[in-house]
Amino acid sequence: MTERVETQGISDEHYNFAYLDEQTKRMIRRAILKGIAVPGYQVPFAAREMPMPYGWGTGGIQVTAAVIGKHDCLKMIDQGSDDTTNAVALRNFFVETTGVDTTTKTKDASIIQTRHRIPEETLTKDQVLVYQVPIPEPLRFLEPRETETRKMHALEEYGLMHVKLYEDIAKFGHIATAYAYPVMVQDRYVMDPSPTPKFDNPKMDQMEALQLFGAGREKRIYAIPPHTKVVSLDFEDHPFEVTKFDQPCAICGAEEVYLDEVILDDDGNRMFVCSDSDFCEERREAGHVGHLGTNPLEAEGND
Amino acid sequence: MSTQTASSIFAKAPAPGLADPVHDAQSVFRSAMNALAQPGTVQQLDNLTLSPPAPLSVAATALVLTLCDYDTPLWLDPALATNETVKNYIRFHTAAPFVESPAEAAFALVSDVKLLPAIASFAAGNAEYPDRSTTIVLMVDELTEDDGITLKGPGIKTEKQFSIAPAPAMFWQQMQDNSTLYPLGIDIIFAGTNQVVGLPRSTKITGLEA
Ligand SMILES: [Zn+2]
Repeated sequence: MTERVETQGISDEHYNFAYLDEQTKRMIRRAILKGIAVPGYQVPFAAREMPMPYGWGTGGIQVTAAVIGKHDCLKMIDQGSDDTTNAVALRNFFVETTGVDTTTKTKDASIIQTRHRIPEETLTKDQVLVYQVPIPEPLRFLEPRETETRKMHALEEYGLMHVKLYEDIAKFGHIATAYAYPVMVQDRYVMDPSPTPKFDNPKMDQMEALQLFGAGREKRIYAIPPHTKVVSLDFEDHPFEVTKFDQPCAICGAEEVYLDEVILDDDGNRMFVCSDSDFCEERREAGHVGHLGTNPLEAEGND
Repeated sequence: MSTQTASSIFAKAPAPGLADPVHDAQSVFRSAMNALAQPGTVQQLDNLTLSPPAPLSVAATALVLTLCDYDTPLWLDPALATNETVKNYIRFHTAAPFVESPAEAAFALVSDVKLLPAIASFAAGNAEYPDRSTTIVLMVDELTEDDGITLKGPGIKTEKQFSIAPAPAMFWQQMQDNSTLYPLGIDIIFAGTNQVVGLPRSTKITGLEA
């Protein structure tokens, strides 16, 4: 559903287009170009204070604000959904400050800003995926000092990262890291894919869309151009494994998608449904049905 | 002041910059972004009402006006550096400080590839900050896809043929050397009349003998 915004024009009186002043946009744009030229490398930038707290994704917002134009169609997702408080608030922010079209449909969007998920639908070369990143430095929990992590990236000293993953194997028999699972970009930089589930990691590899990452608090921008090699770190004897779900989506029957657990009632009944709400809706509209039939939540009028 | 008439002041005023500074800059940036994200692919700029002083092209000027400001030391090739009209125009619209040494430049504007100094003389960044490097805006007469040298790397699905004209003998050799510095190195945005093409340091170049 592409909704036409009614607040168009109001923005011009109160804000610059997309909120940021032109000098700030130029600075962010230059950082984006460097990020594209050196995939996976974290470019420092002078992040601005935004009219929302850091946890809301100020880095992603600044990247989107520097990229977006009046002809764009924006999709805003959080945990795979267009309807969470965070997604709605950020979408409204851009509606008010740009007047652009917005959509919930992945395929209709020219810019998708996301937190925690990559859409299930394959993205195309005409799309830009903007990630909100809380902690951009994959080595931070191993080495708190920025000067040291910079040196480690400079020297490709990634042994510690492998040690950490191997400790998982020693402790759990497998690599337990399930979110923000580190990747190697184009055989050079170890990168944090933001707190997406590792299920989404393979989608980053050779993706046709441009991927941009913005971290507001830590003031970093990084990028993965289209058709770039992105490999999840692993070991020969313990290869990277994608999270497998032992059942399909309860309401659309999709397999090999990322599922969320939804509590249905006080008796502890639950179901697993697509985390990507647009993907699930499209499938149901196309006639696909899961083992629970229609969505029990909608049937109860809980919509 | 009192001896100048209004018309004499206007006569000296630089030609206008981007007609719509906000939206024109956004669309030019998007072309530059796509250019570096898809090396060797020609990106057409939207129609811009821009009449920069000779010898600047619309595309090269649009890039400089979109990306440069007082934070970006700018190096001009010797022909531009001695052209007061060009310098006034760029100074007026960007406030970018001009630098004498290519190694100090965040951006370089080169109006003719024959005036390009050794690529190694520009800033390549350092191991900890490879982003502290020069981006060269290089004016060329022709940008041609699917012909010429072969490009491979991020942003290119398999490989991509690309050529520029004019292309001096040592140019591609120098760009090939530049890519061996990765992740250091310079990035180029070629500016045709109204098109741009990106060539980041991450692109591997082969097929020079052809
Ligand atoms: Zn589903």
